[in-house]
Amino acid sequence: MAPAKQKILLPAILLANDLLDGDVVFWTEQGWSIDPAQALVARDVAAAERLQQVAAEALARGAVVDAYLVDVALREDGLPVPNHFRERFKIAGPSIRPDLGKQAAFAHLRGRA
Amino acid sequence: MYRYDQFDEAFVRERVAQFRGQVARRIDGSLTEDEFKPLRLKNGVYLQLHAYMLRIAIPYGTLSSVQLRQLALIGERYDRGYGHFTTRQNLQFNWPKLRDIPDILDLLADVGMHCIQTSGNCIRNTTADHFAGAAADEVEDPRPTAELIRQWSTMHPEFDYLPRKFKIAVTGAARDRAAIRAHDIGIQVVRHPVSGEVGYRLFVGGGLGRTPMIGKLVRDFLPKAHLLAYLQSLMRVYNLEGRRDNKYKARVKILVHEIGIEEFRARVEAEFAALDPAAIAADPEEVARIEAYFAPPAFVSLPETSQRLAADRARNAAFDRWVETNTFPHRQPGYAAVTVSLKPVGGVPGDATSDQMRTVADLADAHSFGEIRVSHHQNLILPHVRQDELHALWTGLVAAGLAEANAGLITDIIACPGLDYCALATARSIPIAQAISRRFGSADRQREIGELGIKISGCINACGHHHVGHIGILGLEKSGQESYQVTLGGDATENAAIGQLLGPGITAAEVPDAIERLVAVYLAHRHDGETFAEAVRRLGIEPFKAGFLASQPAEAAHAAA
Ligand code: HEM
Ligand code: SF4
Repeated sequence: MAPAKQKILLPAILLANDLLDGDVVFWTEQGWSIDPAQALVARDVAAAERLQQVAAEALARGAVVDAYLVDVALREDGLPVPNHFRERFKIAGPSIRPDLGKQAAFAHLRGRA
Repeated sequence: MYRYDQFDEAFVRERVAQFRGQVARRIDGSLTEDEFKPLRLKNGVYLQLHAYMLRIAIPYGTLSSVQLRQLALIGERYDRGYGHFTTRQNLQFNWPKLRDIPDILDLLADVGMHCIQTSGNCIRNTTADHFAGAAADEVEDPRPTAELIRQWSTMHPEFDYLPRKFKIAVTGAARDRAAIRAHDIGIQVVRHPVSGEVGYRLFVGGGLGRTPMIGKLVRDFLPKAHLLAYLQSLMRVYNLEGRRDNKYKARVKILVHEIGIEEFRARVEAEFAALDPAAIAADPEEVARIEAYFAPPAFVSLPETSQRLAADRARNAAFDRWVETNTFPHRQPGYAAVTVSLKPVGGVPGDATSDQMRTVADLADAHSFGEIRVSHHQNLILPHVRQDELHALWTGLVAAGLAEANAGLITDIIACPGLDYCALATARSIPIAQAISRRFGSADRQREIGELGIKISGCINACGHHHVGHIGILGLEKSGQESYQVTLGGDATENAAIGQLLGPGITAAEVPDAIERLVAVYLAHRHDGETFAEAVRRLGIEPFKAGFLASQPAEAAHAAA
């Protein structure tokens, strides 16, 4: 799936699913991470376009699938929280099973959706 | 029960080996995602919101205890210790890792299972009445027919690339428990009114999703031996004339709708007349072989009713309630078919843990000839239980949290995975089901309300059958919020109907009160012994609409909640 020419909304992060595990992963300074707190936040159009470039390359290399930019709001502690509820669920895990998904591993996600 | 022959076995093994190679090539980078995606979908592997998802076919919903134990094992070893039974009588695992899927497929093949044709524009898993072979009211067990269709449709070269997915359901009884008129083709086994010959009545062009349609009668009586030739004719008309330019208009229901059922029928009959049914029909030996697999198990001769059961019921009110709601009349005197509810109050409809699967498998061995069914209501069925043994079975179910006495009642809710798992969802569906279930959780209250089917989907695709729910709930997005549309008067049975919208969308928090108000209208107006669905048919939608739109919740509601 090539990333559709998305309209850029800022600030934004880049997320994807890991090819092998399916886990939701975030682009950081050091490559992909499963921790949304590490996500690199693009605050201007140039930075967001760099993330789009990363997405295109990562998809071509095949390390991840379904990579796309997500617009976020930054919480006081700096955690990026997607503006759309779909991505809030995607990041946290099933709302009905707090023991599963990232919300189980990362305290900062609990009760976020 | 049907077991794979050598051909099936070799074929499935070969497919697993192929897929193992495809996964390896995806991992080493020689296949791109665009190349790999159609291959994984052909093997039931989807990418969902949080992870991959694996959809396992359970042909006509029939499982052996050995198969169910294997599913439990897979859930434990490769998933998170549970699986989700769906309205398509399939099982979905929500967390498999791509690297493990070839191993999972091997474990499935060990017990004659696979994921082939659970996705894509092919003829999907053929579904059937979950009480098949057990129901007192059936003309004939529909599963030999479903199995014949499975064999015929599996890798049928002509129908491997249809305009769109294609779903066939079969029932052997006049009382439709397989929602046949919500399928592309619905087949009812019937007895000819004059000759007494057993044959088929066929419906075509049902389907839910974006443009819901009820299937239309295409053939009133078809001799059994002509089935495959007739299906071939029908599929051929669809394959040639179904639209491929617009995926939203590609289902056979649109073709039937656009040219009209008379014209569609004429084209199918013309095609049929040009074929030699005998040349296409399955070899009678093969038909006999299939039928033999579905021969009834070794029932013992028993009186119609069990003294023991009567005594057990008299002694234990909870057991008595469960027998009343969760057992179904069996064709064999002294037996019953049992619904094992996967709808505990406040639970996730259709989810079962690996431990629960094992419990059900063990109980099936002890009390139901090792046989289990998956119902499109997302429950499990033990089809052949001696009435004498119902109490022992119930005791085992209670211990595993599987004895909710709610089959067919307001808390027996169908819900698709929705936005808690599904990448296509526009809103959540499971929490809505949970909230309604908790609100109406009281056993007495549920019984007072009686039969009422609520069905919930998390988007317009309608995997939760909301259009045919007595009350249907559709989750959408409205101005960045989850919003729910409520419909009334849907029906999935022989009285099939598409529900009508009651009003504007409401928030998740408003749903339980809205359901309360609809129930209150029913309770206020019902005649003696009249079910919710019957009352809606008699009264029409207006009084319910008024109740739905009233902003003040019914008074009775809160006293009980
Ligand atoms: C990966 C998850 C799923 C995807 C991508 C998916 C996709 C779809 C789509 C696109 C449709 C609309 C078809 C059309 O209108 O042409 C549909 C319909 C349907 N799906 Fe799903 N679905 C998923 C999960 C499920 C589940 C969990 C169930 C069972 C609970 C299910 C059962 C059905 C049923 C019963 C229909 C409507 C009947 C019809 O085909 O007209 N699906 N699905
Ligand atoms: S109805 Fe929509 S949300 Fe529900 S499972 Fe189907 S595609 Fe997903």
